Amino acid sequence: MSASDIAVTVEALSKRYLVGHQLGGRERYTALRDVIAREARGMARRAVDLVRGRQIVEGDEVEEFWALKDVSFEVKRGEIMGIIGRNGAGKSTLLKVLSRVTEPTEGRAVLRGRIASLLEVGTGFHPELTGRENIFLNGAVLGMTRAEVKRKFDEIVAFAEVERFLDTPVKRYSSGMYVRLAFAVAAHLEPEILVVDEVLAVGDAAFQKKCLGKMRDVASRDGRTVLFVSHSMAAIENMCDSALLLRQGRCVAHGATHTVVQEYLNAVSRITVSPLAERKDREGTGEFRIVGMALENADGSEATAFKCGAEGVLHLTIDNRAARPLRNVRVAVVIDDAAGRHVALMDTWLVGADIAELAVGRTSLRAVMPRVVLAPGRYFVTIWSAISETVVDWVKDAGAFDVEEGDYFGSGHLPPPGYGQFVLDHQFAVGEHNGNLLEWRKRKTSER
Amino acid sequence: MHELIIEPGSADRGYWRDLWRARELFQILAWRDVAVRYKQTVVGAAWALIRPFLTMVVFTAVFGHLAKLPTDGVAPYALMVYAGLLPWTFFSTAVTDAAGSLIGNANLVGKVYFPRLIVPAAAVIVALIDFLISFVVLIGLMAWYSFVPGWQILLLPAFIALAFMISFGIGVWLTALNVKYRDFRYVIPFIVQLGLYVSPVGFSSAIIPDEWRLLYSLNPLVGIIDGFRWCLLGGESVFYAPSVALSIMVTALFVWLGVRRFRRTEKTFADLI
Repeated sequence: MSASDIAVTVEALSKRYLVGHQLGGRERYTALRDVIAREARGMARRAVDLVRGRQIVEGDEVEEFWALKDVSFEVKRGEIMGIIGRNGAGKSTLLKVLSRVTEPTEGRAVLRGRIASLLEVGTGFHPELTGRENIFLNGAVLGMTRAEVKRKFDEIVAFAEVERFLDTPVKRYSSGMYVRLAFAVAAHLEPEILVVDEVLAVGDAAFQKKCLGKMRDVASRDGRTVLFVSHSMAAIENMCDSALLLRQGRCVAHGATHTVVQEYLNAVSRITVSPLAERKDREGTGEFRIVGMALENADGSEATAFKCGAEGVLHLTIDNRAARPLRNVRVAVVIDDAAGRHVALMDTWLVGADIAELAVGRTSLRAVMPRVVLAPGRYFVTIWSAISETVVDWVKDAGAFDVEEGDYFGSGHLPPPGYGQFVLDHQFAVGEHNGNLLEWRKRKTSER
Repeated sequence: MHELIIEPGSADRGYWRDLWRARELFQILAWRDVAVRYKQTVVGAAWALIRPFLTMVVFTAVFGHLAKLPTDGVAPYALMVYAGLLPWTFFSTAVTDAAGSLIGNANLVGKVYFPRLIVPAAAVIVALIDFLISFVVLIGLMAWYSFVPGWQILLLPAFIALAFMISFGIGVWLTALNVKYRDFRYVIPFIVQLGLYVSPVGFSSAIIPDEWRLLYSLNPLVGIIDGFRWCLLGGESVFYAPSVALSIMVTALFVWLGVRRFRRTEKTFADLI
């Protein structure tokens, strides 16, 4: 393979950020004097930073954080490469470095050809301007000349299907129209390298299909290269010739799409991928934190997976780091499937079981599913918690669990795979009933 | 085949070439800001006339009639105030808008690469267009007072260019600082407010005692406002050459400082915003 067949070469690319930490979430700052002293120290440090022209970092402690570390790979011309990884794995940082938005700290990348990014919905659009004006604006933002946009104008409008609304301000557009227009402009940019960062999540299914088709087209017919980030494993497997798996800023797998996707799914199989207590990519005020998550059987013994149809318990450990008990704590567990779609929600507020008073220190919270109705497969858990609408701790993809096949109906038969994400509780009644199906059902149940 | 190498410091090398390539984006950003500036307002671009006009009325009443300050030569007080307000309004609008421009375009800066310098520069262009609109009021005032400007008006473009450069220099400098240290969000309105009174907008700089005049001229707006008055109101207004010379020097210094500061922090903007 000659060097000219390679569109992107990335060598030991690294990107470092400085992040600040508040010292001592556990320490008590009850005295106003201490708080003032701490604030004054911080202010003095920031003033020194300002004078020296350094970056201001909030918090008491500054730590280096490598969003990307020694990432190397090559992408061939005309190849569609998927970039996968969990939230915070460095996918977006990689794209940012490649599209020159931010400079790498170390390493280098060689791009052979013009690069353009398909931007998030609305970036490079001005809501007050009309569709027509925005096509020119967005084109310029993406690096097209005015003449290029003019030449492609009709094609763009036709692709986006917005002919009738060309002279309407885009703030009146539906989100679907918005995405269509944004994609249409980018798709007609004809860069040699196109970067797509999870923009297709919005927009209707038909248009998504059209976009994916267009991307395929662009890659195979014109020999353009596409770098594609998505949480949807289905889209990645459909679209990409190869895939790159990032974990904590490092490249852990690169190669054939199917292998890498499997690797990704396997890697997050055990709940203890990265201990929950050590996760730093959290949002929220942090008065308390979810520090542990484990699976349990009905009898409290530790489980490695749930069984379809059996009782399942998700055991969360909450660490109250505030100096006082906290009231009205709401905890929600969002269950996603491997493709990133929301499947189910368990929520203390929903069932009227918010924690009235959360004691200082560690508390166990068990989410009990009397009967696991999820179809066998791997599921990912996001934990969200709040006190009166203020998010306290929010960990995306906090962990994952498996649901194994189980005899849900007690019939000795296992629900076959591939028929949906849930097992539907159901019975059958044969023949006529006496007008009261409920009665009939009760009798049948007691007979069993 | 166009080959691009990305490594630490690579953005620095092709900077001026990239800047030239981004000229169309610069035009379109400036056009966008002009186009949306008065959208969803009732009187639209008339705001560019109303604001300086009302300020002129108040200043004329307060400084001219109540404080009874002398005007420049024979020019009516209102005309003298307006000739000073024009560059001042341009400067203050440009600096305020430029300083907030990068933060206002944060989504763009975080997603697309282009030389960031064009964002505050576009903001200054928008202010310049406002400035040109408010010129209409001046023409109206001159007609009202039947005041005919002399040959000096031919030199006005030079002073407009100077006003543009000082707005750009200080604007870019504050933009860079504002991205990094948001304290400037509170400092800038304050500077602009004070600046109105320390610059000879509502009064003639002729009332400054001679021994202080040179020191006073360290404020670059002094030379520019004096220059505007000299061009528009004719030779009756004194032309104080040292203040114009100082103004040019201070402007050059600020442009240099501003661009240098901006260039040094530019690489990190996307991480800070």
